[in-house]
Amino acid sequence: MTALTNWLSQVWSVTLFALRTLPQRRGASLATIVGIAGVVAVLVGVLSIAEGFRAAMSITGPDDIALVLRSGADTEMTSGLGREEARLISDAPGIAHGADGAVASAELFVIINLPKRTTGTDANVPLRGIGPAGVQVRGNVTMVEGRAFERGRNEVIVGAGAARAFAGLDMGKTVRVGQNDWTVVGIFTAEGGASESEIWTDAAVLQPAYQRGDSFQSVYAKLASPDSFTAFKDALTADPRLKVKVVRQGEYLEEQSTMLTEFIRGIGVFVAGLMALGAIFGALNTMYSAVAGRTREIATLRALGFGPFPIILSVMIESVTLAVIGGAVGAALAYVAFNGFTASTINWQTFSQIAFAFAVTPELLVTAIIWAAAIGLVGGLFPAIRAARLPIASALREG
Amino acid sequence: MRFLRLLWGNLMRRKMRTALTLLSIFIAFLLFGILCIIKEGFSAGVTMAGADRLIVRHKVSLIMLLPVAYERRIAGIAGVDAAMHWTWFNGIYQDEPKNFFGSFPVEPERFLDMHPEYVLSDAHRKAWESTRTGAVVGKTLVERFGWKVGDRVPLKSPIWPRKGDGAWEFDIVGVYEGAKKGTDTSGFFFRYDYFDEARAEGQGMVGWYVVRVSDPNRTTEVAALIDAEFANSPFETKAEPEGAFAQSFIEQIGSIGTILLAILSAVFFTILLVAGNTMAQAVRERTAELGVLKALGFTNERVLGLVLAESALLACVGGIAGLGVAWVMTLGGSPVPSILPVFFLPVRYLAIGGGLVLGLGVLAGILPALAAMRLQIAVALRRHA
Amino acid sequence: MTIETRTSGRTGTGIESDNLVSVEGVEKTFRRGSEEIRVLAGLNLRVPRGEFLAMMGPSGSGKTTLLNLIGGLDRPTRGSVAVGGDRLETLSSRRLAAWRAQHVGLVFQFYNLLSVLSAAANVELPLLLTNLSRSERKRHVATALEVVGLSHRANHFPRTLSGGEQQRVGIARAIVSDPTLLLCDEPTGDLDRKSGDEILALLQALNTQHGKTIIMVTHDPHASARASRTVHLEKGQLMTEAAP
Repeated sequence: MTALTNWLSQVWSVTLFALRTLPQRRGASLATIVGIAGVVAVLVGVLSIAEGFRAAMSITGPDDIALVLRSGADTEMTSGLGREEARLISDAPGIAHGADGAVASAELFVIINLPKRTTGTDANVPLRGIGPAGVQVRGNVTMVEGRAFERGRNEVIVGAGAARAFAGLDMGKTVRVGQNDWTVVGIFTAEGGASESEIWTDAAVLQPAYQRGDSFQSVYAKLASPDSFTAFKDALTADPRLKVKVVRQGEYLEEQSTMLTEFIRGIGVFVAGLMALGAIFGALNTMYSAVAGRTREIATLRALGFGPFPIILSVMIESVTLAVIGGAVGAALAYVAFNGFTASTINWQTFSQIAFAFAVTPELLVTAIIWAAAIGLVGGLFPAIRAARLPIASALREG
Repeated sequence: MRFLRLLWGNLMRRKMRTALTLLSIFIAFLLFGILCIIKEGFSAGVTMAGADRLIVRHKVSLIMLLPVAYERRIAGIAGVDAAMHWTWFNGIYQDEPKNFFGSFPVEPERFLDMHPEYVLSDAHRKAWESTRTGAVVGKTLVERFGWKVGDRVPLKSPIWPRKGDGAWEFDIVGVYEGAKKGTDTSGFFFRYDYFDEARAEGQGMVGWYVVRVSDPNRTTEVAALIDAEFANSPFETKAEPEGAFAQSFIEQIGSIGTILLAILSAVFFTILLVAGNTMAQAVRERTAELGVLKALGFTNERVLGLVLAESALLACVGGIAGLGVAWVMTLGGSPVPSILPVFFLPVRYLAIGGGLVLGLGVLAGILPALAAMRLQIAVALRRHA
Repeated sequence: MTIETRTSGRTGTGIESDNLVSVEGVEKTFRRGSEEIRVLAGLNLRVPRGEFLAMMGPSGSGKTTLLNLIGGLDRPTRGSVAVGGDRLETLSSRRLAAWRAQHVGLVFQFYNLLSVLSAAANVELPLLLTNLSRSERKRHVATALEVVGLSHRANHFPRTLSGGEQQRVGIARAIVSDPTLLLCDEPTGDLDRKSGDEILALLQALNTQHGKTIIMVTHDPHASARASRTVHLEKGQLMTEAAP
């Protein structure tokens, strides 16, 4: 026990010595901190894009919405269903029922061109025609401004993300698409989900406007419970009158987001990895010169009987401390700069824009600090070993 | 150069530090190179766009179709030299959405005439004209899947199922190359006559038109004429120069591209800061020796030059190596062909990189070099003693 | 380099002097914070061509400062320093640097060799400022090393040489461009008696055989005994002139 406390006090006093000389090495130490802060800020920044995109493309709450597409279609874009098929689908077992019958919505999904607010260039914005139960199916739609559209009229409601990102989607404004004018009568949110990037109207009005006759592209159905999905799916796939594909909404969205999310994560980790290498080199340099600058002092301590491990530890503690300070600064910077930053990009699967907000999650911050500490450890280890191995006699003579 | 030995000696004074500094500069410029490659890949459509070409699409959105009969009407408009149609086929190979690439039914002769940037040998051209199910495939795409001329490729299209069982098969009859370095050679083109006859629905409808104007200075004018021609019809059009069309495509990917660039720039400058600091530190340590040189009769300017040369040398070695490795990376082709089919490092970015290398060398060296220049000999010598 | 071998005894003082160095009314003040320190106060000194002069005095008496002024490493606050007819205060810093390279050889107490260069490369440094070709430079370096008796260690680096050897390299560097004036700041201050003696003997030989004018700052009476004349400084003033 006394050996341990003795040892600890050795570490403590050596570290104190080291820290007292820190102001003399201000420049180099600062550069290390900045370097590591940069790595961490970039890592967190890039990953927050992936997190934000993933969050926008995922659902909150139970996965109790089923999406029915034509068999062989992988997105609503390429799907097509007739009125009769839509009716058959909403009669299937497993769907929740409300006052007006089955909670299912046959929908149309088209794309219109609207200029982006930021650049003024055209972007593909999804315009969705929903059935009478469309809002009820989703259950998480809240009007934040105005009112719902009236059925049978050329009125639209706009998701908050789309309203932010595209010009002309303000309350009361008219959007001209082809030869039709649509009036924006409301703005809605959907718990930050993908719907917020869309414009919604009555499917019955959209059909003639797009020469879609009596056809739809998908049916969204609210399930009686998440567990009734299998029953619903089996009933539809077994029906000889239908050739459809049934997926859970959660899985459908996740599949769409995977490619982009993985791509961004890949870039993020690759870039941050390369950068971390650069930062490790910087940290190594700083710590090597810190050790070089204290050669005589370290030798004196060794001559007085201090063991090599307190020396090693003190160098490591200094390096990790610098690194973690840098990491904290970088994470804070990234949080301030990126969290909640709204952007939009194209979802290649549906060929349309999706608006989302960067998300700096607590997990990301933890990741950041871990990276920083790792850089500090590596950056301190080799110089620490050199310090411990200094030949005492010759080091004492050095100035 | 007679001071080379002195320079070399100073760099070798702390081999570890020199090596680490070189490595971090190397990484900074490697990143810079990669950044430029990515940026070029995203904007290749804009830089490679034909100045004399227009894209004519449905006014509402690109996904809406236009009648094939428009081709002749467009060709008849004053100022139009030629017109041809493209259609988005969305072919998927081996049922795997990851095996995604651009595939389009076109009319071979008009296509090759319209797009001189796609280079196809005469033999392949003839084969295409005589093979109804023939397809011409870009070099990168062929390399990606290990295809060769004579292969039969099955594709599925969620948009355009074939009559019957829905599956398509094409015979590769030719491989095209790019006329320039940035040309996208990841496309898959097959014959429209075969496509139109065999598709289950939508006969007579095409995706968009590419139009060549007789006078590149009159593109806007011709575009307006085309849109006027089809105004108030069920299929209104929007005509715009190919460059603008490609630009708006990039904008769709949107802020993400900008943000990635911003982040990568931050990376670059962080590393430069760290490397620059180390280099400056290396000079600061030598104050006394610089004083000795001045005492021996080295002028202030010469001392300044020596210090700058040292940091410039470090920057050049590390920077050129970094840019070089980035360039070598492009020789192997794109690691992510579905996202970045165009993958090369244009000379202009190498030039910019070279400028940054010099800039780093000067910036990292200038403060300590000025300090060394202003150093009073008597003071420096005393410090040494 | 052509080191002239003169055997004539121009070290005498009785002849009407041909002064190489003349210091007239030189005053030097330094600022330390708000305090002004006067290191040299109206000092006059003449050093005839061919003399071996020792300057002695307690710490802070201004010996090194005076040496720096004569070597053009520093400028006087007032007064004038002339060496071989050049009035140093009139030269721009660029001209002064060129002048130093040509006319003065400096020998330091701590040798001030560049640790990254070999002995030969250290000696070559002043020649890099001349127009000499590489082979000419090589020849001059070889001669200088021969004069100091270190030809066999030409390719050694400073840290592998003894103190005495390092000082010889320092002297070789000082004479390689064949300057008329050698300025030595405590050249034996960091050496043991034996090595010190060898260095002093070398300096003496340079003075008598090669005709170099030498001004040497020293603490050591043993060293000053080798000089042809010794002056004493105290509080920035020249005290007495001891007879040679």
